[in-house]
Amino acid sequence: MAQEGKIGIVGYGSYIPRYRIKLEEIAKVWGADAVAYKRGLMLYEKSVPAPDQDVITMSVEAARRAVVRAAIDPIRIGALYIGSESHPYAVKPSGTVVAEALGATPDCRCADFEFACKAGTEAMFVAYSEVKAGVVSYAMGIGADTSQGAPGDALEYSASAGAAAFLFGKKDVLATVDFTAAFMTDTPDFWRREHAFYPSHGSRFTGEPAYFKHTLGAGRKLFEISGTKPEDFRFAVFHQPNGKFPSRAAEMLGFNKKQYETGLLSPWLGNTYSGASPIGLTAILDVAKPGDRIFMVSFGSGAGSDGFVFTVTEAIKGKAKLTPQTRPQLDENKFYLDYGQYAKFRGKILMAGH
Amino acid sequence: MSGITARYWREIPRRYRGEAAQSVKTGKVYFPPRLVEPGNGNRKWKPVKLAYGGELLTFTVIRVAPRGFEMQGPYALGIIELDGGGRITTQIVDVPLEEVKIGMRVRVEFRKITDDGSEGIHLYGYKVVPEY
Amino acid sequence: MRDVAVVGVGMNKWGELWGTSLRDIFVEAALKAMDDAGVDRIDSLYVGCMSPGLFVGQEHLASLLADYLGQCPIPAVRVESACASGGMALRMGWMDVALGLHDIVMVSGIEKMLDVDGAGATYALATAADQEFECYNGATFPGLYAMIANAYQKKHRIAAERFRDQLAHVAVKNHANGHLNPNAQYRAKLTLDDVKNATMVADPLRLYDCSPITDGAAAAILCPLDLAKKKFKNHPLVAVIGTGAATDTIALHDREDLTWLRSTEVAARQAYRMANVEPTQVDFAEVHDCFTIAEICVTEALGFFAAGKGGEAAMAGDTALKGKKPVNTSGGLKSKGHPVGATGIAQILELVLQLRGEAGERQASKARIGLAQNMGGSGGSAVVHILKAL
Repeated sequence: MAQEGKIGIVGYGSYIPRYRIKLEEIAKVWGADAVAYKRGLMLYEKSVPAPDQDVITMSVEAARRAVVRAAIDPIRIGALYIGSESHPYAVKPSGTVVAEALGATPDCRCADFEFACKAGTEAMFVAYSEVKAGVVSYAMGIGADTSQGAPGDALEYSASAGAAAFLFGKKDVLATVDFTAAFMTDTPDFWRREHAFYPSHGSRFTGEPAYFKHTLGAGRKLFEISGTKPEDFRFAVFHQPNGKFPSRAAEMLGFNKKQYETGLLSPWLGNTYSGASPIGLTAILDVAKPGDRIFMVSFGSGAGSDGFVFTVTEAIKGKAKLTPQTRPQLDENKFYLDYGQYAKFRGKILMAGH
Repeated sequence: MSGITARYWREIPRRYRGEAAQSVKTGKVYFPPRLVEPGNGNRKWKPVKLAYGGELLTFTVIRVAPRGFEMQGPYALGIIELDGGGRITTQIVDVPLEEVKIGMRVRVEFRKITDDGSEGIHLYGYKVVPEY
Repeated sequence: MRDVAVVGVGMNKWGELWGTSLRDIFVEAALKAMDDAGVDRIDSLYVGCMSPGLFVGQEHLASLLADYLGQCPIPAVRVESACASGGMALRMGWMDVALGLHDIVMVSGIEKMLDVDGAGATYALATAADQEFECYNGATFPGLYAMIANAYQKKHRIAAERFRDQLAHVAVKNHANGHLNPNAQYRAKLTLDDVKNATMVADPLRLYDCSPITDGAAAAILCPLDLAKKKFKNHPLVAVIGTGAATDTIALHDREDLTWLRSTEVAARQAYRMANVEPTQVDFAEVHDCFTIAEICVTEALGFFAAGKGGEAAMAGDTALKGKKPVNTSGGLKSKGHPVGATGIAQILELVLQLRGEAGERQASKARIGLAQNMGGSGGSAVVHILKAL
């Protein structure tokens, strides 16, 4: 976990589905207090994947965008890892389909990652590490999810869909990886058994003993090993299951609203699980300037946090506009669903022959 | 649809990457690639990829969906001519049905087409969305 | 090459024939044709059938049917060209007689479609399209023809309401004719409002713009014209004076002009040349109205009306029973039904009845030269025959 060299992100991309559902629409069905939820959680609406979208389809689009920004021939990608808790298959990797769609096969290492919401950042860390170790020239780390929330459960208000992809390399790096840190324990705050359709969670237990302990643990370690203070950073981004938790964690670590607001998308995006802090990072990269430093800490239930310190380079200039940026995908050309359409899209309706 | 696996896998280069062929003789792009060109017997080809952008030549809204597509209906289905050549027949998605118009610009996106039942493989391919 | 006559025709009443198996439906129709000709033996058999395998799990169909018609050891073969299977069976049988191989040749068609459910029938029919690049992506037959309709409307700048009327006139006319056909599946008359307000299947085609799913068979007996003159005197003489067949791209999207049925145009040109007949000399025709738009486009490809004017002509009544150019006096696929492989032969049956003057209430006033056009898929294949009363 020492200082790293000029290896880092050479391309990045995000994909957010165009359908949305408002928090009030869900609350109406269950007779819940929408106003209290919105205020308490800082959540207003969330993205909904169409029936023809899943972790694989969104990852393909995000990865294609990363390749466009990297401007390399995808055949040079030597490894591709997707972290998710909603991989379309229990056995058969999501990564092979994406690698094939990009044209990175057959000289490409692959396996799928799972660690609740931090599977994506683990994939990013491993991809980065392979480039650093010199075993591949380019490696892709992707965080993507189309996670489910049980009907009427608190998680139904936030579980959403999205993907972010990062290509790591040594040449024309647009954001260097300067430091990394990890903080992981065995903490059963949120899980899903193999044949369960919806996950389970420990309610309030998911807060202090889980999210905050690991986020703050990794965050403080990151400050320590990098010798930095909050003021050294222009941007900070955290795992964002709602708007409340990341704002509080950021403030507890000493960051102000101006620093964390660019990467805070969950009030309008929902919780994209393995995509959460990664998509937040793409929103930051879309507007970052050379020299900006970025502080990132993810969180995955089970539990653990991955921390990264990035420094943006001159090479970022002109990259954002090459392909759809994150904030426009979040704010423009979206379609709102009612609860019935949402339930149909998410396969929550019991069909014949079940 | 059991027994779909080999037939599905064989078309991956076309369905995932839009691999097409351009006639060395006439410059026309064919998708899928062919061994021999219609009309002139040409057998010399240059591998090309279909562009992501194109124009909607015609479309309909399918309200009685075929097997495997029941949950998707009603859906817009159209014929798209991709920039630079090559035509595809596929769904137009992420747009209200009443806003689909002949002549609109569209972009190819990777989507799931259907599933081979509840235990078979997921079948992926290409659809188009409006060029937002 | 010998000249060929049609000396016997037969079909059963088409519809949902739950109690009758494929082989029995065929034999009923075949025996009617043989009785009409006055023969009890045939020399060879051609059976048009799109997919006995997908519909009832039976292949090796021609052998089965030759057996059950009691005609073994004659040569027999199934002919397949999707919905043009029947017309192609006639063409093969015509070649058999013209070449001098056999004298009494039965050409027939059969399809038993109701043993599978709706989705199963749609699936089987869809095998006439490009499986990997049309059907895989969600195309259906109504969808393909609906795309032709929308492209046609746009190309010829027809206002939506007017175009809707043009399509509806085809359906109403064909049901008015089918009302007079005792063998038709759906004999009820339809009004324009019925057609325009029916459930939408694939915009703009609604339920009554689409031909139905049907069980049925039809058969015809061919023989050399000289033999017909000597031995087959039950009915006025009818000869096949022209035949033509052609293909076009299987996928609709590969055609230069999405609104033009080139395979029909090319097949018709061959038939006209062989028959030494101009389109204007054709008195009446049976065409492949799998969808209302198909009839409109076919009449243009046959040279009856200029491109873009087929719908106008239908609306003006030109193609009605009492019109200048009666089209589908039998009721067409729309009203008579469309047991896929049998359609092409039932078209010939209608031509023969008209040419003999035996069409009863459906008799067209001018019936000396008739044309049958049978088409496969979205136009990937077409076969045209011209028959004449001698």
